[in-house]
Amino acid sequence: MKNTLRQVFRSPNFVIGFVIFVALLLVVIVYPLIIPAAPLEIIGQGTFFPPGIYVNVFDTIGSPAYTLNLANAATKRIDAKLTNDARSQMKEWLVADGIPASKIDTTNSAALMALWTKNYDPNKSFSGMTFAKQRAYQRLDASLKGILGTTGVSIATKDPTTGVLTETGNIQQSDYANISQVSNVRVLPLGTDNFGRDVLTELVKAASVSLEIGVVAGIIATLIGLTLGLLAGYIGGMVDDIITFFTNIFTVIPSFVLLILISFSIGQDKRGAVTIAIVIGLTSWVWTARAVRSQVFSLRNRDHVNLSKLSGHSILRIIVSDILPYIASYVVMALILQISSAILAEAGLSILGLGPRTTEVPTLGLMMNWAMIYQAEILGDWWAYFPVLLTIALITFSMNLMNTGLDQVFNPALRS
Amino acid sequence: MADNKEIYLSAKGLTKVFGAGSQKTIAVDHVDINLHKGEVVSIVGESGSGKTTLAKMLLGLISLTEGEIYFQGHLRDIRTQKKKQEYWKNIQAIFQDPFSSYNIFNKIDAVLIDCINMRGGRRLPHAKKVELMAEACGFVNLKFEEMTNKYPFELSGGQMQRLMIARIFLLKPKILLADEPTSMIDACSRATILEMLMNLRDETGMTVIFITHDIGLAYYVSDSVYIMEHGKFVESGTADAVILHPKEPYTRRLISDVPKIHEVWDLSTV
Amino acid sequence: MAKVMLEVNELTTKYITRFGEDVYAVDHVSLKVEEGKSLGIAGESGCGKSTLALSLMGYYFAPLHYTSGEIVIDGHSITGMDPDEVRRSILGTEIAYIPQAAMNALNPTQKVISIIEDVIHVHQPDASKKEIVELAKERFHILGLPAEVLQRYPVELSGGMKQRTVIAISVILLPLVLIADEPSSALDVTSQKMVIKMLRDLMEKGYIKSMIFITHELPLLYNVTDDIMVMYAGQIVEKATSKEAVFDPLHPYAKGLMGSIIVPESGLRGVKLAAIPGVPPNLKNPPPGCRFAPRCKYVMPECTHNSIDTRLVEGGREYRCIMPLEQIRKAYKNG
Repeated sequence: MKNTLRQVFRSPNFVIGFVIFVALLLVVIVYPLIIPAAPLEIIGQGTFFPPGIYVNVFDTIGSPAYTLNLANAATKRIDAKLTNDARSQMKEWLVADGIPASKIDTTNSAALMALWTKNYDPNKSFSGMTFAKQRAYQRLDASLKGILGTTGVSIATKDPTTGVLTETGNIQQSDYANISQVSNVRVLPLGTDNFGRDVLTELVKAASVSLEIGVVAGIIATLIGLTLGLLAGYIGGMVDDIITFFTNIFTVIPSFVLLILISFSIGQDKRGAVTIAIVIGLTSWVWTARAVRSQVFSLRNRDHVNLSKLSGHSILRIIVSDILPYIASYVVMALILQISSAILAEAGLSILGLGPRTTEVPTLGLMMNWAMIYQAEILGDWWAYFPVLLTIALITFSMNLMNTGLDQVFNPALRS
Repeated sequence: MADNKEIYLSAKGLTKVFGAGSQKTIAVDHVDINLHKGEVVSIVGESGSGKTTLAKMLLGLISLTEGEIYFQGHLRDIRTQKKKQEYWKNIQAIFQDPFSSYNIFNKIDAVLIDCINMRGGRRLPHAKKVELMAEACGFVNLKFEEMTNKYPFELSGGQMQRLMIARIFLLKPKILLADEPTSMIDACSRATILEMLMNLRDETGMTVIFITHDIGLAYYVSDSVYIMEHGKFVESGTADAVILHPKEPYTRRLISDVPKIHEVWDLSTV
Repeated sequence: MAKVMLEVNELTTKYITRFGEDVYAVDHVSLKVEEGKSLGIAGESGCGKSTLALSLMGYYFAPLHYTSGEIVIDGHSITGMDPDEVRRSILGTEIAYIPQAAMNALNPTQKVISIIEDVIHVHQPDASKKEIVELAKERFHILGLPAEVLQRYPVELSGGMKQRTVIAISVILLPLVLIADEPSSALDVTSQKMVIKMLRDLMEKGYIKSMIFITHELPLLYNVTDDIMVMYAGQIVEKATSKEAVFDPLHPYAKGLMGSIIVPESGLRGVKLAAIPGVPPNLKNPPPGCRFAPRCKYVMPECTHNSIDTRLVEGGREYRCIMPLEQIRKAYKNG
């Protein structure tokens, strides 16, 4: 036993898979302790906020201001305002105005701005320029007003009765606030989803739920498959015929279709995470049962089993001590594969809207579902679906890697 | 000699058919056998002759398609687990491959204690059990102190087979069926195994059935020899009669195919 | 003076285990096989005879390493030759080797004739298919194998037929020495007899100039080889003609081996067989002095002190024991 464990941990495949899996588990366990936010809490008003550090603007204004004179501050400000689109628009107008293209350098913000300020006339209209285009240039010009300026901004409060604005403060272009002194800062490494929920917190919770579903379903499926396989393989005869008949029925009907049908018929209300796990477990035991049965078949004619029979041991004892330990490694591998495929099955169900109730817990599949429905990929809001995909991939990849490693240990013929 | 001793095990018309219709194979074809108490019998045949199937039928591990087996004069009835357990108190086996005869998860102590328990010694004090195990190991020239806490596969093939004999020493069955007990053992260690089996027979009066393809072995140890081909016994009799003066052509061919050293081995008849 | 086909002097080879330990599986072995003669090597499993077979060819791959000694084939030395070079120029043409369970090595997806073509093309790339088929048919016919075997796939052949096919293929290029490691162990008696007959025919017809036959079944050696060498724990403990080795063994281990032979011949029933107690030593730490001492009936205190040299008896017999000839004969007479 100890020797086997040592061998298992020497296998590179297993170790890599194990490390990834344990890392995922640690994140899933430790993250909620550090960040106790509720995963389904809607915090964003609006859809698909991009990832980043969200700093409360109101609180920043109220925070102590520090003057920092940084050399490239002005350039950065201008560059941020002058998007590539804006630059090419400006070049377009200037060229239409008659300035040779070679003299226009869109990368030199200052020169470009100088040219623009000197030459732009909002009322000028060129041939072929539509009214809408002229308005677009006017808007562009308006947005560029003042970016070269160095004056600050005033803060005013409105008197509720008279409506008069009184200046209460002033923000200079060189004013900086220390982010740790800003009372409300929220880091959203993965932004928000379509509902306005923190994707990262949701993802961690979803991973944990999916893993739970996977483990429960995997264990159920493996237990059913193991028991049926043992009975069919060892006892044989009529018992084997009945079990094989059942197994064949379940083989012919695609398990996923069965899953969909059962899930649909249970109805939205009764579909909790555990229920789904049980349903998945009850429909995916077929492969394990077959595999175990054929292993047991070949084992039951071994000499040590015959000698055990001759010693008068009961059928139960023979199955437990003479057959089961010999297929244990196989069963462990089957369990890992069942867990991995159960997670995928749940994801598939949820994408179709037949997974666990959407109001209680998120699952990886549900997150994919939402991202799809709300067209995250079309909008380019990768943070709503890509991390989920990555997580699903990592979980199944790490489990399959562990499985390959175990296979190499238990089946010496596969070792390189 | 064996003739005036009681007949321990006798079988009439033993037949075993596998499969049905066009896939039917008759592994054992109406075989009769009579074993006397304390007799050593060899059933000799090449692979595919049905000798292993016959062995399993005698042991009660395979059902009979036809035929009857009588044990100590009574018709053998092993239809229930309890009756099977009763029968197996009287007949035990040693198989060909020592490596696959042991459950690799059980240590040697567990293997031997299991035998003690089977003989009703479950409630004996531990010290007494150790004494019995040491005695059994000593009988086969193994040191029990060196065996504790080891697994059978840590021993050599010959040692594992000797441990099997130690099991039989503890179980003391009336009949021992040895299926190719030495074919996977080196020629030089075979003598040891055979010697131990014969000693066991001398001490306990056990009846021994050897299943083998080795005619030399059969000749050396047996009182009677049965030659088996395609599920049937083609010749039987005392060892001297069958092997030194074979009558049937199959028997003659079988004997001439074995290398000789004191006589000239004629290779031209290949 | 007959030509010496294979001569080996003080050959020592070792295995380096995973933990870096040295196990000397072949310890200063010397032997000589002459043209037209065959040599049998007998010993129990683990004594190093299969390792010796690999070592004799100079075919070393990790974890097997050459340590010292000389190998000379037909006058030229191959000591220290690179194993790949051995495979290219020696295997098949000068030495043919049939490992244990060789019949399982036939490619199941190739017809026998195709396998033969491959073998011949490695060494004679210009041979035409027609020539090869002619040669194969002729050889098979002389060796008693039906010609239709050539067109069969290995799975269609019985065990005995496969083994004989393997033997026929391995000597197709007429090597000087054939090394056969347990060529007949997995077969039933009838096939075994056919294999033995084929090996004898190969020698008699000159398809091979000499043979080394490795097995633990002594009656086979007696009927096939001229001389027998007994190996124990990596060392040669006795060398004699087959007749002498079987009927008049000198080394106590050899005596034990010969005394445990079982043959179905009259008078042998009930004769007490010699059983050798104990197990062979672990070659990681061989016992000091004589390696057989812990199991020897005639052991004396001096046996465990010095490394025992081989004694030579006239007529070319050798045995590795501290007892001189007369003392041995007297000891054996007394039982």
